[in-house]
Amino acid sequence: MSVRIGVLALQGDFAEHGAMLGRLDTQAVEVRQPSDMAGIAGLIIPGGESTTIGKLMERYGFREPICHLAETGKPIWGTCAGLILMARDVGRTQPLLNLLDITVERNAFGRQTDSFETDLEIEGISGGPFPAVFIRAPVVREVGPGVQVLSRLDDGTIVAVRHGRLFGTSFHPELTGDTRLHAGFVEMARQA
Amino acid sequence: MSSNGAVSKNTETVKRGLAQMLKGGVIMDVVTAEQARIAEDAGAAAVMALERVPADIRAQGGVARMADPEKILEIQAAVTIPVMAKCRIGHFVEAEVLQSLGVDYIDESEVLTPADEEHHVAKSGFDVPFVCGCRNLGEALRRIGEGAAMIRTKGEAGTGDVVEAVRHMRRVMSELRQIQHMRPDELFAYAKDIQAPVHLVQEAAELGRMPVVNFAAGGIATPADAALMMRLGCDGNFVGSGIFKSGDPAQRARAIVEATTNFEDSALVAEVSRNLGEPMVGIANSSLQPEEMLAGRGW
Repeated sequence: MSVRIGVLALQGDFAEHGAMLGRLDTQAVEVRQPSDMAGIAGLIIPGGESTTIGKLMERYGFREPICHLAETGKPIWGTCAGLILMARDVGRTQPLLNLLDITVERNAFGRQTDSFETDLEIEGISGGPFPAVFIRAPVVREVGPGVQVLSRLDDGTIVAVRHGRLFGTSFHPELTGDTRLHAGFVEMARQA
Repeated sequence: MSSNGAVSKNTETVKRGLAQMLKGGVIMDVVTAEQARIAEDAGAAAVMALERVPADIRAQGGVARMADPEKILEIQAAVTIPVMAKCRIGHFVEAEVLQSLGVDYIDESEVLTPADEEHHVAKSGFDVPFVCGCRNLGEALRRIGEGAAMIRTKGEAGTGDVVEAVRHMRRVMSELRQIQHMRPDELFAYAKDIQAPVHLVQEAAELGRMPVVNFAAGGIATPADAALMMRLGCDGNFVGSGIFKSGDPAQRARAIVEATTNFEDSALVAEVSRNLGEPMVGIANSSLQPEEMLAGRGW
């Protein structure tokens, strides 16, 4: 059975997520207004600028429908800016969804010239390390009860978390050719 | 855990990747920290720090150079979104200075007075990524060949007249459509005609798009202008003088952000365009003398 996955398309690399879903023969729906969320089995919040996406999310009234989607057990996954938006606290005032009980530090590695690529071990992902692209990336500084850490950098920094069907990654699987994380997410949406 | 791989910085993926994060967004010209805050509050995806907006460069004349480092540092301290800055065409030392300040992207820009009438900066050798202007596919691919990780149209900056941005975007998109239908042997001849590296012509033909993110710039002044450029196929918009030379910059900036996101929703573009106040006054391109056009700078 095929499922429709929404990709929040307010700003950022939503088309790259759409292309990954396309490679998995999964229909991606670009979500620009809450009405676009009808019938989606899961939602991806892409990379981009979290302040830009957050402001547009507020303006169009996305908070309630996205939180409702989470309450009904549908999977939601935030990459980079998406991880920031799903957090409870980012140390400054900006619109947040407070879906994951985590504290996030934005631009934790510094400026663009400190952006990097590496290969990561991720819990639950078999078949070898996963190519991870970090661009002005955030990291998770604290996790609340029930939040599972899926991946850390060598120095112990948390870069991937999960709570039930809610996921957050500091990095951008959509910028790589590796569809394993997207495939896992689609499978979860199919079962939800 | 120590089983992760080695760390590589400043790769093509990382340089082009930041531009991918800016897609669907608006990058706004700012000259002060206060303007940068207004831009960020309005939803800008990044800001471009410069000494004078293009409309003032036109009005005041003189040599236009890289901004004062102090200004750039103030702007960096004021916002969390990426901060870009402009260097003169071919001025690799200005580029090195900007890199040392930690700017997130450098615009090697025809809006400033060129420092070299033959050579552009050899951009691949830098850690920081570059964006460059183009009027056609050949110019875009030459810049990518030099290491640009993002492309924008030149348009005609500081005029508030979108006609040149439209001309350049239509030209680029049309040329991208043409090469998709060419035979391999035709691509070699075409690459020679447009003076572009063959491998980049081949890559663009195979992808069916520009190999890097492609924004519109130069003369965008209204929400409808921004939506028009998105409809013509660009990935996002640079807005220069159009915001801070208008009557109500904060409201106009918000409206242009919304129109860039919802570029296919004309009712929304209409809604955000209501009561925006005075747009920048503008200069019709057809009234400019050829030597007053900035887009001809760059080679």
